[in-house]
Amino acid sequence: MGKLESVFTRVITAFIVTICVVTIVFFFIHLIPGDPIVAILGEQAGLQDVEKLRTQLGLDLPLASQWIQFITDLVVGDLGFSFYYHAPVAPIIAKSTVMTFYLAGAAFIIAASVGISLGIVAALYQEKVWDRLAVFVALVSMSIPNFVFGPILIIIFAVKLQWLPIGASEGVLSIVLPALALGLSLAALTMRMTRASVIEVLREPYILAIRAKGLSQSRIMLAHVFRNALLPVVTTLGLQLGLLLGGAVITEAIFSWPGLGSLVIESISRRDYPMVQASVLVIAVSYIIINMLTDILYKVLDPRVDLGS
Amino acid sequence: MKKSTFVLIFSMVLWSVVLIFSSWDQSVLNTIDLEKILMPPSSESLFGSDDLGRSIGPRIVSGARLSLFVVIIVLTITSVFGTIIGILSGLVGGKFDSIVMRVIDIFLAFPGILLAISLAGILGGGLHNVVLALSAVGWVGFARLSRAQTLRVKQLDHVLVAQLLGTTTPKIIILHVLPLIVSPMLVELTYSAASVILSEAGLSFLGIGVSSPTASLGSMVRDGSFYLMTAPHYVILTGMALMSLVFLINVAGDRLQEKLAEGYSRNIN
Repeated sequence: MGKLESVFTRVITAFIVTICVVTIVFFFIHLIPGDPIVAILGEQAGLQDVEKLRTQLGLDLPLASQWIQFITDLVVGDLGFSFYYHAPVAPIIAKSTVMTFYLAGAAFIIAASVGISLGIVAALYQEKVWDRLAVFVALVSMSIPNFVFGPILIIIFAVKLQWLPIGASEGVLSIVLPALALGLSLAALTMRMTRASVIEVLREPYILAIRAKGLSQSRIMLAHVFRNALLPVVTTLGLQLGLLLGGAVITEAIFSWPGLGSLVIESISRRDYPMVQASVLVIAVSYIIINMLTDILYKVLDPRVDLGS
Repeated sequence: MKKSTFVLIFSMVLWSVVLIFSSWDQSVLNTIDLEKILMPPSSESLFGSDDLGRSIGPRIVSGARLSLFVVIIVLTITSVFGTIIGILSGLVGGKFDSIVMRVIDIFLAFPGILLAISLAGILGGGLHNVVLALSAVGWVGFARLSRAQTLRVKQLDHVLVAQLLGTTTPKIIILHVLPLIVSPMLVELTYSAASVILSEAGLSFLGIGVSSPTASLGSMVRDGSFYLMTAPHYVILTGMALMSLVFLINVAGDRLQEKLAEGYSRNIN
């Protein structure tokens, strides 16, 4: 199968999955136990208000036409109307999305740079003290939930040392602590992956062969080891970038970072279901797109991978 | 025995002893003592008191028991259901397999924790819904792994022979497939246990998990984080307890995987 063709197949698959996800999210409002309208307005609501909201939300229509309405609204960028803000959801979501991507991006950069460099160092000093220390620290880091690590970071760097701000509104530096809290476990995972991958490649016979040919150590590492070893790391990192979006939900709650995650949590407690629906949708679709791009990137880097299967 | 293995086993035994033998009396947990609000650890109370003057130590124990309870229930549901779906899908193949794969793709299209948060958030908190939300997310991993493993085992001669002899599918699954895929599933089970503990704590941290006054490690971390400045012992001690639980399970998973990899390479060579 040609490269272009397989990229095309991958895009189609992503599109189908998106449709299914949209459908699942569409059912969210029907998942609320009991009558969703009563759940939203409360038991004491007057019959007139209940019926008015039901018509407003289109919940009196047959399910199929509700679904078509939902999809057509989405296509034109109408994500619904917030009960809480009494305003369209889309602009509010857009602002939060930018903040979440900003945070996830920073965490990703931290995780990738720290994880890959420590992983390489650990692999080169395999089974020595530095390696063992790095492996241990990585395992501990993977076991610290971000909602425990976040408060600890705040105690150390914001309260005791007063080096860094906590809130999101205090300039560029305010992203450092949340990004660290979010990126820690990904950095640990990346470190473990990189280490395992580099060690595996170093054991390959062709490395021995080029070493015998007298290639310099740095040339071997740069041209042969890293190129082959970092491929699987890139893929996992891509998949994890999506997971960062999920982790961001909790991290944002700790640091009151005004992103999609905070919006989901606040909207859940405000019973602002259209907002919950739209935020989940935006996160899920971003996740699908990121995964798709990762697959395609992997394909470009490694001609052996067949995307179609 | 390696020194680190000894430490690992020792810590696990220590946790088990504490969890089993410390008091099961629920009334102590919620005794509010306003004199003792946010008291730091002392000789009288080893872990200090929380924002309502309740003793933190027993609440941590109770929270850890709750975590393990949720883990056992959720893993029983997800591993049984996921494995059955995965094996059937791998064994039967065809239309059924492609439908199962698409469903798995869709589930993997959400970050798991987000799906759990929205489910628990919309259904409302409480133990039931937490278990429901985590189970809805958790079966996918088991299904995917057991399907892949079944595809591998299916090619082996003894399964083909059994099929030729007309052995029924349930019998093939139980006698000929399951025993060969148990080890990788065990590793998956261990890592899933760690992730279920973290997810349950995460939901409770966000206030959509098990509701108060039931002690959950997640909600205790949240309560503690309100008193970072005045009583850091609250969040630190609870956080450490949660972390050590997850750490032990992760290490056990790593060990198990190494052991299985060794066994595997011994068998081949």
